[in-house]
Amino acid sequence: MLRQIEGSRAVAESVALCRPEVVCAYPISPQTHIIEGIGALVKAGTLEHCEFINVESEFAAMSVCIGASAAGARAYTATSSQGLLFMIEAVYNVAGLGLPVVMTLANRAIGAPINIWNDHSDAMAVRDSGWIQLFAETNQEAADLHLQAFRLAEALSMPVMVCMDGFILTHAFEAVEVATQQQVDAFLPAYEPRQVLDPLEPVSIGAMVGPEAFEEVRYLAHVKQLQALDLIPEIAAEFAESFGRRSGGLVTPYRSEDADTVVVALGSVLGTIKDAVDELRDRGERVGVLGVGSFRPFPAAAVRQALHGVTRVVVLEKALAPGAGGILATDVTMACAGVPVSVSAVIAGLGGRPITKASLTRLVEQAAAGALEPLTFLDLDRALVERELARMASRRRSGPTAENVLRDVGIVSARVV
Amino acid sequence: MPMQPVKFYQTGSFVVGNRLLGEDERSVQADARRTNSLNSGHRACQGCGEALGARYALDAAMRATNGKMIAVNATGCLEVFSTPYPETSWRVPWLHSLFGNAPAVATGVAAALKARGRSDVRVVAQAGDGGTVDIGFGCLSGMFERNDDVLFLCYDNEGYMNTGVQRSSATPPAARTATTEAVGPEPGNAFGQGKNMPLLAVAHEIPYVATATVAELRDLEYKVERAMAVRGARYIHVLVPCPLGWGSASNDTIRLARLAKETGLFPVFEAEHGEITSVSKIRRRQPVEEYLRPQSRYGHLFGSSPRPDIVDRLQAMADRNIRRFGLVDDDTDGSADPGGR
Repeated sequence: MLRQIEGSRAVAESVALCRPEVVCAYPISPQTHIIEGIGALVKAGTLEHCEFINVESEFAAMSVCIGASAAGARAYTATSSQGLLFMIEAVYNVAGLGLPVVMTLANRAIGAPINIWNDHSDAMAVRDSGWIQLFAETNQEAADLHLQAFRLAEALSMPVMVCMDGFILTHAFEAVEVATQQQVDAFLPAYEPRQVLDPLEPVSIGAMVGPEAFEEVRYLAHVKQLQALDLIPEIAAEFAESFGRRSGGLVTPYRSEDADTVVVALGSVLGTIKDAVDELRDRGERVGVLGVGSFRPFPAAAVRQALHGVTRVVVLEKALAPGAGGILATDVTMACAGVPVSVSAVIAGLGGRPITKASLTRLVEQAAAGALEPLTFLDLDRALVERELARMASRRRSGPTAENVLRDVGIVSARVV
Repeated sequence: MPMQPVKFYQTGSFVVGNRLLGEDERSVQADARRTNSLNSGHRACQGCGEALGARYALDAAMRATNGKMIAVNATGCLEVFSTPYPETSWRVPWLHSLFGNAPAVATGVAAALKARGRSDVRVVAQAGDGGTVDIGFGCLSGMFERNDDVLFLCYDNEGYMNTGVQRSSATPPAARTATTEAVGPEPGNAFGQGKNMPLLAVAHEIPYVATATVAELRDLEYKVERAMAVRGARYIHVLVPCPLGWGSASNDTIRLARLAKETGLFPVFEAEHGEITSVSKIRRRQPVEEYLRPQSRYGHLFGSSPRPDIVDRLQAMADRNIRRFGLVDDDTDGSADPGGR
């Protein structure tokens, strides 16, 4: 049944339908509504046989999931931004141990400067941790990806992160079809651990591995990611069959069949990009979109295939690798190696900066005209930047940059171009 | 009184004295059916106090739980020397995750068991002092505060021995470590710093807290058994001399552990729900010098430029413990003049 609910609520209910046995989290905006929702379902007795644990840090939250998963329980947590960084040692550890923990990442910028709004810096910071990273475009997809995430995690015995844009999705109310318990039970079998702490069959887990085998163990983690490249579309197809709607998968093209210019992106911004592309198509421009649903594993072959025949690729990303540029753009460039296509990186939406249809339309027009630089910062206020550079050049003790820039901007609420 | 209390030091050597006891009172280690949780063949140094403490503690926990136990281990000596894979010394289900998260991992194991209706299986977590008082402290305090059903064992050798003997917040004042060298006017670790972890555990008002040493292994077994009879968060802090880090002879491990207690430097006590319920009295009080001299980490206090002033400050710490915990009965010979100070 379609219900008008908050994205976080849809995720909370979907996770609860997966019958997690241990849910453990530490509050951080914008993840809070998700764990509040699950906590309430446990407390009310709706979600039975589940331990909901309020811990003292994200590091503990992921560590509790490690212990719970190793002891044979289906374990779940959610976090954002600084919380993800605070647990990062355990994030790598759970992947290295090969434990099928599922985590929602309500994407948010990373400080300093402290910023609670959305971008993808947090997800990008753990892209090499060994987790599968799936990105949701809508709240419906966010809800559905969690059902698929447990399937995928447990099939491969590796952790899966469902990334959904903080606030833009987590706090947005829209119509979402939340599955029924019967549907989920039919789709998601009970957790059969590949490794478990059992007094009847004692094993040691977490031994030191030296140079004699470390590369092989890491290579096997890579192999599992490659196996996920096959499994993600299989599970998405099975999901579509069971639930009657499409969610997940490796990549999702939109109006890109005969396109000369294609915009590649992750997450909810795809909706705005599609609107812009629709308008440009109406004007006869041959432009299209490619949504990347699985960032890790990176579906290089699928991306390459989807971009076949395209002249210009614009990779729009809500993250910046300072000193290098784009992150997703690097992966797309690698995927297109040997193909005559120009790939440009566009950094946009950092720290919650709105990515408007107007800006996107201008951007795509510019790209289609072949006038886009290899690296562009969308809607960057150059004058503001120049003034701070001038202050820094004029005297040694120019003070903290963030505060200088804010003072320069003055008292304004969020500016929407 | 029909029963005469058995004193284990009746044998004259403080050994467990099993021959004086009935079958049911004998130590876990005296039982051929013991688990050997930490089996022989591991790579600990000769005279390692931690290996000794861990074996006694876990075997006692295994007996108390009828063999239904899962152990979680922090990174550190115990983890490294026990699992040079493909060899492992653990005969219990054992999980090592990270240095600072053993208490939280144990919480997760306990939560999984509870959710799955397996409350018959119990959880023990273990770490050195670094994994307990420093990097693991946040997780440990959280586990205590939530009263999770975990026994946490700290094997305290008073420093980061695995990484080459650096200072931890359990390193005692004046002790030389690689990061508190015995140079300058205040050689060794600073006075006025450090954490009293057992009392911090007591302050959490958890059901059971105890301290023990590897000199009194029967006492350690008793405390583990006691802890396993209780649900909720429990903490046992075991002093484990480290020949490498302390610069002591391998065959002095037990003697030094005993001297730590008999000088008053390491009070041995039990507490329940925030109240100290028993203390192990000092039997033959010793001056701290007896404890310090055999350890090269205190070598700079003696030798060619002795520092009796610093020894006095350490003696004052021991004296304070004795007053504070009531470690000496007025009517025993324990009050003998400690070295004329």
